[in-house]
Amino acid sequence: MACAVSTEPPTGAQTHTTSSSPTSSSAILARRLRLHPRVAVRPEPFGALAYHYGNRRLNFLRSPDLVRLVNDLGNHPTVEAALVACEIAPSRWPAFSRALASLAASDFLETVEP
Amino acid sequence: MTSPTASGRKGETLSDELKRGLDAPICLTWELTYACNLACVHCLSSSGRRDPNELSTAEVMDLIDQFAALQVFYVNIGGGEPMIRPDFYDLIDHATSSGVGVKFSTNGSRIDAAGARRLAAMDYTDIQISIDGADAVTNDAVRGEGSFATATAAMDHLAEAGFGPFKISVVMTRQNIPQLDAFEALADRYGAELRLTRLRPAGRGADSWHELHPRPEQQVELYNWLIERPHVLTGDSFFHLNALGEQNLPGLNLCGAGRVVCLIDPVGDVYACPFVLHDEFKAGSVRDPGGFAAVWRASELFRSLREPQSAGACASCGQFDACQGGCMAAKFFTGLPLDGPDPECVSGHGEAALAGVAVGARPEPTSNHSKPSPVAFISKPRR
Repeated sequence: MACAVSTEPPTGAQTHTTSSSPTSSSAILARRLRLHPRVAVRPEPFGALAYHYGNRRLNFLRSPDLVRLVNDLGNHPTVEAALVACEIAPSRWPAFSRALASLAASDFLETVEP
Repeated sequence: MTSPTASGRKGETLSDELKRGLDAPICLTWELTYACNLACVHCLSSSGRRDPNELSTAEVMDLIDQFAALQVFYVNIGGGEPMIRPDFYDLIDHATSSGVGVKFSTNGSRIDAAGARRLAAMDYTDIQISIDGADAVTNDAVRGEGSFATATAAMDHLAEAGFGPFKISVVMTRQNIPQLDAFEALADRYGAELRLTRLRPAGRGADSWHELHPRPEQQVELYNWLIERPHVLTGDSFFHLNALGEQNLPGLNLCGAGRVVCLIDPVGDVYACPFVLHDEFKAGSVRDPGGFAAVWRASELFRSLREPQSAGACASCGQFDACQGGCMAAKFFTGLPLDGPDPECVSGHGEAALAGVAVGARPEPTSNHSKPSPVAFISKPRR
């Protein structure tokens, strides 16, 4: 029973946007990441819903470009290469880096060991 | 941590976007049977007797396949008492192996030592044990004699079987709000998560609501208690309390009915939310051509709920952004207009509105599976 979106793990649902803000996390650009195998991504009008069957958390990916990028990450040796391949303008990289860092922190992305 | 203020496209909030609906529900409640061994005075679905027209095992399995195709990540299973269905474990197995997680609510009567071990061995199953009092006297007045002992026995079995952190689910009432700390202590004792939800005047709750719903000062107490405990689960059900303070309770602060939430009842009828089992809010049936997806995506009712809603009488109130006018079901079943204040409006507008509801204006129930014996709230517990 719920009135709205309640995934109801202790931390609840998170939203991920690519809006700009002053901090940046460019270190992630050199990492090799991919979608965690237990994460399902469901397209929605605003972007996508991502659900992690392991930790049972829900994420809102609120940008179609972010959805494309997340789905494509595993095909590239670095995050930077994925950003280039997905034709994300460099001016938007800081915002995308932050979104990816947050997704990685909640285990939605995992590091691919070389 | 939801952050509806974060800007998406064109400054729209996530909440705005969700109000226009999703391709499939995020939170789907599925009531498996109207059969129940209890007769709780506030039962939302007026459960008791099985309906002869309930979905067959084949239909249930097919519905799970539909959920999997729609990427419904998990379903919230309830009833009635869902574990009464003889095919209960089969359908849970089918759901979890199809990528549809299961959270189910139970009164615990079917969880013995062996059942707890079976449940503990299953992947991706969450259990909510319902109690409505932190002691037998308070609980049994609402849920029936012996029901507290039954529920705690089930908790003991789950703990012993190493199930892990199950949930203890409580509907907040006038009688149990003084026990908030005791519920927390009980949950801590079992390593369980506490889940508190709002009492709705739906089903048999329409008749018991006036005796059970929290008093205004108790709503303040509950709000303050929850603000200090963001880890306590609420199903986002208390957003009408957000007008009480500067800070919103965790959640998206919106009515998800027909937008991100819906209910499927035991005979396959689809309703806008778990609290509006009434013909007015019936969108269709999973037995209709096109199945569940067609109802979710194309029903006239759901389309209308995804249109911008009028704030009506609440438009001039400075608190509307905080409370969103409250709960549609609470208004409907108390005879209030849907575009006016919630009956439990924290600014007191609900009481005035309720006083103006004409005798007989409350909607008649359109389905009832109560057992023939009368169900009444025992306000003076027997000694």
